[in-house]
Amino acid sequence: MADDLINSFMSGPDEQGRFGIFGGRFVSETLMPLILDLEAEYERAKTDESFWAEMDDLWKHYVGRPSPLYHASRLTQHLGGAKIYMKRDELNHTGAHKINNVLGQIILARRMGKTRIIAETGAGQHGVATATVCAKFGLKCVVYMGAHDVERQAPNVFRMKLLGAEVIPVTSGRGTLKDAMNDALRDWVTNVRDTFYCIGTVAGPHPYPAMVRDFQSIIGKEVRWQLAEQEGEGRLPDTVIAAIGGGSNAMGLFYPFLDDPEVKIIGVEAGGKGVDEKMEHCASLTGGRPGVLHGNRTYLLQDDDGQILEGFSISAGLDYPGIGPEHAWLHDTGRAEYVSITDAEALEAFQLSCSLEGIIPALEPSHALAHVMKIAPTLPADHIIVMNMCGRGDKDIFTVARHLGVEMNG
Amino acid sequence: MTRIDRKFASLKAEGKKAFVAYIMAGDPDLETSLEVMKALPGQGVDVIELGMPFTDPMADGPTIQLAGQRALDGGQTLTKTLDMVAAFRKGDDTTPVVMMGYYNPIYSRGVDRFLAEAREAGIDGLIIVDLPPEEDDELCIPAQKAGLNFIRLATPTTDDRRLPKVLQNTSGFVYYVSITGITGAAAAQATDVAPEVARIKAATDLPVIVGFGITTPEAAKQIAGVADGCVVGSAIVKEIASGKSPAEVAAFAGSLAAGAHSA
Repeated sequence: MADDLINSFMSGPDEQGRFGIFGGRFVSETLMPLILDLEAEYERAKTDESFWAEMDDLWKHYVGRPSPLYHASRLTQHLGGAKIYMKRDELNHTGAHKINNVLGQIILARRMGKTRIIAETGAGQHGVATATVCAKFGLKCVVYMGAHDVERQAPNVFRMKLLGAEVIPVTSGRGTLKDAMNDALRDWVTNVRDTFYCIGTVAGPHPYPAMVRDFQSIIGKEVRWQLAEQEGEGRLPDTVIAAIGGGSNAMGLFYPFLDDPEVKIIGVEAGGKGVDEKMEHCASLTGGRPGVLHGNRTYLLQDDDGQILEGFSISAGLDYPGIGPEHAWLHDTGRAEYVSITDAEALEAFQLSCSLEGIIPALEPSHALAHVMKIAPTLPADHIIVMNMCGRGDKDIFTVARHLGVEMNG
Repeated sequence: MTRIDRKFASLKAEGKKAFVAYIMAGDPDLETSLEVMKALPGQGVDVIELGMPFTDPMADGPTIQLAGQRALDGGQTLTKTLDMVAAFRKGDDTTPVVMMGYYNPIYSRGVDRFLAEAREAGIDGLIIVDLPPEEDDELCIPAQKAGLNFIRLATPTTDDRRLPKVLQNTSGFVYYVSITGITGAAAAQATDVAPEVARIKAATDLPVIVGFGITTPEAAKQIAGVADGCVVGSAIVKEIASGKSPAEVAAFAGSLAAGAHSA
């Protein structure tokens, strides 16, 4: 192996599906042959030109890629420091980055002859993206969603139903995203022959974290050439910032820059009501410790006895007690920095984006934007920040209204 | 030789099938579940599988999930589960006890510390659902070194290509999962199970015990009849959930044991 490969941050995972000690394949024996089949099919697809040709065609004509890289000039002026760009993945079909990954997995499912797709969803964005692509290809789609989330994300539930998906409210456990993932795994273990599990983030057993990262990496790859186009050949961002629940939009933005040491990488976790001993947050890296859940080892919110705790955030999309294993590794190696932003700070950023840029962001990227607001004023004008505007805020207006004390009928 | 090895050797000598009963530690509370546990051997239960409660039991159906939740709500911890086995061992030094659950509570405690404490408490084997052979270095190999059996699950998706890998570091017995699915779901069919058990037995000298989807003495007889024994979990846990007394729960387990022993 060449020296540059040994020193690369882009060579993971290893053959065991590990990023350092993180990742792996912690699943029941029934599922093991299925994830080995998936890994083999993904390895074949990765080097198959026809697979990527199909992806590129759909990304362009169905999703609307490339998404713009937008210079947020009024926000830049307002904050009075670094030059701020937004990667506009909220303009994708279905309104978020989720569809980048779903397309890849559904094309794989079709190659494998699977006819039934299952997915878990928190805010409903991954569920909507999965239902959408299943409708397009005429596949049966079943989405598991925590009963609590079904209630607070009613518009997305209706969207999924319009798209022909069956939405199953999950009442087991505490009825949240992690329980939805448990029930999706229970479905998969029961329907092993015809079913493909389309995971929505860079977590789960190997090969999911690597595969989902690869599909989402289109975000960072586009940023590279788009920034060069706007700022001159060879110009890289000085800082890239993204919000993290499981961490798929962040891995998608970060991955193509991992081996550019001059690019500072910052992941923003959901700090909820504050990262302290009350644990009313979803900041797995800043407030959790390593453990094993949902097929991988990673940082988890857990008690002293290894029981998993519920996350808490204003954003249903960040409401997960774990984080993708590659983030855990980037955290421990120091290649990326991870910070947290509270609900209140995210709400403030949400409003600033609306009023200064005419962009209603989802609450998830509002967390990333809130951190941009903290650091931009301290940086020089020639410092370029690219933040991932990974979703639009239509789904969140009711939540935001409630927090701002506005009553709406809807 | 562990208690598990000795138990299966003596059952073999008697020409008897094994009956394994599962209960959740701390369900609905520590005292009650210890009382049930103590009463099981007297009812003919050969091996006790003791569930370790976990918040996210991904391979279990609603019955076992709720049992785990009741136990956790009642304050059950891994320390208390280990203490429960130690208390059981004061009155019973022969019935094998196998702990069944998920990896995180063990990983959280520290593998070496857990294994030392488990041995000290009198635990004989482990069944950890989310540790396939691919992750043997985590707990399987250390457990064998510490003198505990590591009992592996084989499933209908474990094909011939994969079976040797599954059997390689297995000891005590092989647990054949009769269905693709979760605990307490579909009914196991002896006609489906028989060829699978034969396939596994052709590849190992270990006893093959069948679990998942067995709820009645008649089913216990049928399934045990095509294997070296059977496991019942959800059906027993349901009795506990319905508020039956420890004596009644143990008697129900006894009826299942009688079914298996009549095979």
